[in-house]
Amino acid sequence: MPTPMPQPDGRENYLNKHYGVWSWLLTTDHKRIALLYLISITFFFFIGGFFALLIRLELLTPAGDLVQADTYNKLFSMHGIVMIFFFLVPSIPAVLGNFLVPLMIGAKDLAFPRINLLSWYLYIIGGALMVHCMLTGGVDTGWTFYAPFSTNFSNTKVVEAGIAVFIAGFSSILTGLNFVVTIHRMRAPGMTWSRLPLFIWAHYATSIIQLLGTPVLAITLTLVAAERALHLGIFDPKLGGDPILFQHLFWFYSHPAVYIMILPAMGVVTEIIACFSRKRIFGYSFVAFSSIAIAVFGFLVWAHHMFVAGTSVYAALVFSLLSYAVAVPSAIKVFNWTATLYKGSIHYDAPMLYAFGFLGLFTIGGLTGLFLAALGIDVHVTDTYFVVAHFHYIMVGGAVMGYLGGMHFWWPKISGKLYPEGWARLAALIVFIGFNLTFFPQFLLGYLGMPRRYYDYSHMPEFQVLNVLSTAGATVLGVGYLLPMIYFLWSMRYGKPASDNPWNAAGLEWQTASPPTTFNFEQEPVVTWEAYNYDELDAPHNDAPHSEEVPVAR
Amino acid sequence: MASRVDALYIFLLIVTGMMTLLIFVCLVYFAARFRYRPGIPAEQIEGSTALEITWSTIPFLIFMVIFAWGAVVYFKERTPPADSTEVYVVAKQWMWKLEHAEGQREMNELHVPVGRDVKMIMTSQDVIHSFFVPAFRIKQDVVPGRYTVAWFRATKPGVYHLFCAEYCGTQHSGMVGSIVVQEPAQYEAWMNGGSTGPLSATGEKVFSELGCATCHRNDAQGRGPSLQGVFGKPVQLDDGRTVTADENYLRECILDPGAKRVKGFQPIMPTFQGLVSEEQVNALVAYIKSISAAKPGEAGKASASTAAPKAEQNGSKVQ
Amino acid sequence: MPDSSATGLHAEAHDPALLHHFAEPQQQRDAASLGMWVFLATEVMFFGGLFLAYLVYRLKYFGDFGAASKTLDVRLGATNTAVLICSSLTVVLAVWAAQTARRTLLIGSLGLTMILGLVFLGIKGVEYNDKFVEHHVPGASFSFEKVPIPGHPRQYSDPRHAQLFFSLYFVMTGLHALHMIIGLGIFLWLLTMAWKGRFTPEWHTPVEIGGLYWHFVDIIWIYLFPLLYLIDRHP
Repeated sequence: MPTPMPQPDGRENYLNKHYGVWSWLLTTDHKRIALLYLISITFFFFIGGFFALLIRLELLTPAGDLVQADTYNKLFSMHGIVMIFFFLVPSIPAVLGNFLVPLMIGAKDLAFPRINLLSWYLYIIGGALMVHCMLTGGVDTGWTFYAPFSTNFSNTKVVEAGIAVFIAGFSSILTGLNFVVTIHRMRAPGMTWSRLPLFIWAHYATSIIQLLGTPVLAITLTLVAAERALHLGIFDPKLGGDPILFQHLFWFYSHPAVYIMILPAMGVVTEIIACFSRKRIFGYSFVAFSSIAIAVFGFLVWAHHMFVAGTSVYAALVFSLLSYAVAVPSAIKVFNWTATLYKGSIHYDAPMLYAFGFLGLFTIGGLTGLFLAALGIDVHVTDTYFVVAHFHYIMVGGAVMGYLGGMHFWWPKISGKLYPEGWARLAALIVFIGFNLTFFPQFLLGYLGMPRRYYDYSHMPEFQVLNVLSTAGATVLGVGYLLPMIYFLWSMRYGKPASDNPWNAAGLEWQTASPPTTFNFEQEPVVTWEAYNYDELDAPHNDAPHSEEVPVAR
Repeated sequence: MASRVDALYIFLLIVTGMMTLLIFVCLVYFAARFRYRPGIPAEQIEGSTALEITWSTIPFLIFMVIFAWGAVVYFKERTPPADSTEVYVVAKQWMWKLEHAEGQREMNELHVPVGRDVKMIMTSQDVIHSFFVPAFRIKQDVVPGRYTVAWFRATKPGVYHLFCAEYCGTQHSGMVGSIVVQEPAQYEAWMNGGSTGPLSATGEKVFSELGCATCHRNDAQGRGPSLQGVFGKPVQLDDGRTVTADENYLRECILDPGAKRVKGFQPIMPTFQGLVSEEQVNALVAYIKSISAAKPGEAGKASASTAAPKAEQNGSKVQ
Repeated sequence: MPDSSATGLHAEAHDPALLHHFAEPQQQRDAASLGMWVFLATEVMFFGGLFLAYLVYRLKYFGDFGAASKTLDVRLGATNTAVLICSSLTVVLAVWAAQTARRTLLIGSLGLTMILGLVFLGIKGVEYNDKFVEHHVPGASFSFEKVPIPGHPRQYSDPRHAQLFFSLYFVMTGLHALHMIIGLGIFLWLLTMAWKGRFTPEWHTPVEIGGLYWHFVDIIWIYLFPLLYLIDRHP
């Protein structure tokens, strides 16, 4: 299946074209910027993961005996802030998106390469501020920053954390802006909207959300900072303010944010399933438009986080109804992916294992969303471990699996090397098992009534067994995450060189070298074929001359 | 109530379980059946609009059923029965202060008789908390600056966990208590073991101590409107609106009198924000409710003088 | 999509202003223009959150907000509105001048825009100072006693709600002023480039997209002015 002829060493590509730290720190090459992001988000993933480990260790026993209450509160707050704003939101778009969007549409770079570099620097500045905040006391408001606790009662570095998130948010806005303009204006000749890979559609939808939602978070955090620093009273009931207004403003961004985190992973999974089933995605237009539908509907459901907040019953009814509407496009995707497997020719390489893991875990996570959207149930399970399990199934079981699958799939393109397949499959399995062991017990804990953000559950010692299972799973999961870090690094030095298209995959990115040259294509591609042309790619070779415009596996 | 929630939960478990099974079976079967075999290419299938419509519509209809069922359950959860016993709850970092209408004060514990509808009228002194009793399947955020309401009817004697379910600072995990559900006789015994008198009587004392009676007289001479019978009735405001005098309205009048001014009266009522505690506000509200349309023959339920039931409670949508 | 005739890098001579990743100048112009419009959409959402908060409280405390709003000087506000509208006119002139290679007019228009922007900020400064002197700045020295509600002369407004109005007033106009200052920075840069003769009818994209940004800042003010100054303003 893989194409022959691994590239000879020494060919000029984007990695070896220039050497030196400054050639990296001042680069405008989208591929190098993607790697800069890769290093940075991996760093933050470890920090967030370390906090998670401490949280799970504390919860091994009912008593609060590992850390103090205030420390624990900071741990879960910073775990959330780091994982969401400094890992998940950038992850796929800033690494895989930055690398692949121009390649997939046949462009030399993104529309605004210098703004791309600026967005990385903003991310670094926000990240540095966050690290400083963590080192000098941290923040303990939860990643949700609810007023009036955050504005008037917390004694931690709320303003600093808010500014860090603001700056990181600005970075994400610029990434979204770059993608939207690039996809609109820089597609190669012949690359019509209906020939775009679904990865591009997914990133387009994600970018819309980033552009329209993140500014609302920005202004909300600004108001919190202003209130905290200047006692303005916008959310303070004693001055006539309304704490529920904060929640509306906060969730107006933070709900669409979860779609920012999952849509790119859905794009990745679509590409992987098509390649490793060797066929076109079933229902291309439905999958494409479902991404847009999710982006649009995602803006209409924010108050389903507020069913017990004290809003009116009628508001709750409306948001519950809309939340069921937004579930439909996601369901459509799952059915289409499954249908793609039908009469396919399936290969079980590591990326596909991650895609299967995604399908299973996202299905479970998404279906538990139905529980939460049901008003009568949500009253019982909101603010408990049920919600924690639900969103970790989607964010970790979904988004992180998608991210890892994508990293494996495109690693040969990015690095020019092959990762060790055996270890990769083992890692995928370990992640899958560890993940379920960590988070499935939490559904049970939640329904049984264990609230969130509790470091001490000595009043409910009966919860210990499930907590121990969860912590055990977390350690397994940790191992599963360490493995790829190790063997990806190993492969950069010792891995087998990859050919231009080791998977014989469809897509313009595979029509160029692994790794690509700085300007991606030696000749601007002219696209005359539909996406996912696996029938052509898998056609038996014959000696008849081929028309120049039909790409065939070399 | 709990069983209603559980019934919906089980229904959801079955429905989602079936959906999961369906998808997993397909995934496993397809993965095995359509495994790569040399010489057998994949079959390029574009799609099927009919299938897309089918698998969009059917789930959507199922979702609508779930939505409707959930909505019905929720409506019941958010609508306390008209003659519920009232308990005033004040949450603060990091404890629950409860006061029965009859006057008993409790800290982190709530005694209730089995089979009685109990309505909690709650507010917070500081940050947002949340009143969560898993056994009863109820939860309601407790917000500073307003009242929120939750209710339950315990069906089995026992002691049940009460948790704070909205992160509220250092001792959030410590803000734990119990609901003690007792047989009626036991409850009587507990109740008679010392109380400071009904909440409404406390309220009457506060009412006179703070000089409210100076303006809010029962005749038409007062500078403020008479409060006799005001609870639960519509009130005409000077900007033309009409609102119902529920707990939140009374509370707002005491703490923020300028927000809604009653038609026909001078706007001279001072604010008592900072001059009354939450408990005193609760007592005043209880008192004003007690001087509103007391139904004769309210004996029967065991208690000295419960806060009088209101004629129209439907206005009590505590926003 | 235009059919590209450029094959490879530097195969043909091209406009020195054409960046390497674009196939041709029109594509580069279109990208810049779309980019600025998209950015302005994000700015709309940014201010939108503030507008929402303001509208929510305005409805809730209608009388008190009316009383507070009345203390703003509507003449100064109206003057500022006129100043900004004129500055948008000078921006349009600048763009036309760039398109038609009128260097003097371009420099003059850019400069005039900046002067009008400074006038705006100056008047804003006067207004802020007035508020400071009258103790209407939220904080420890805030005072708003016995101010009647418009239309209800015998009712006094609640100082806490008035403070809320001024909090929102300062955040909204402050954020707007910050965007004006950034705009002035952008226009200083444009002025410098224009002085050096860098803009031609073929390439003057920064003037166009800088102009778009300035128009946006103007439009935000055109919403702010009636919302903050004019609602419920009784004679």
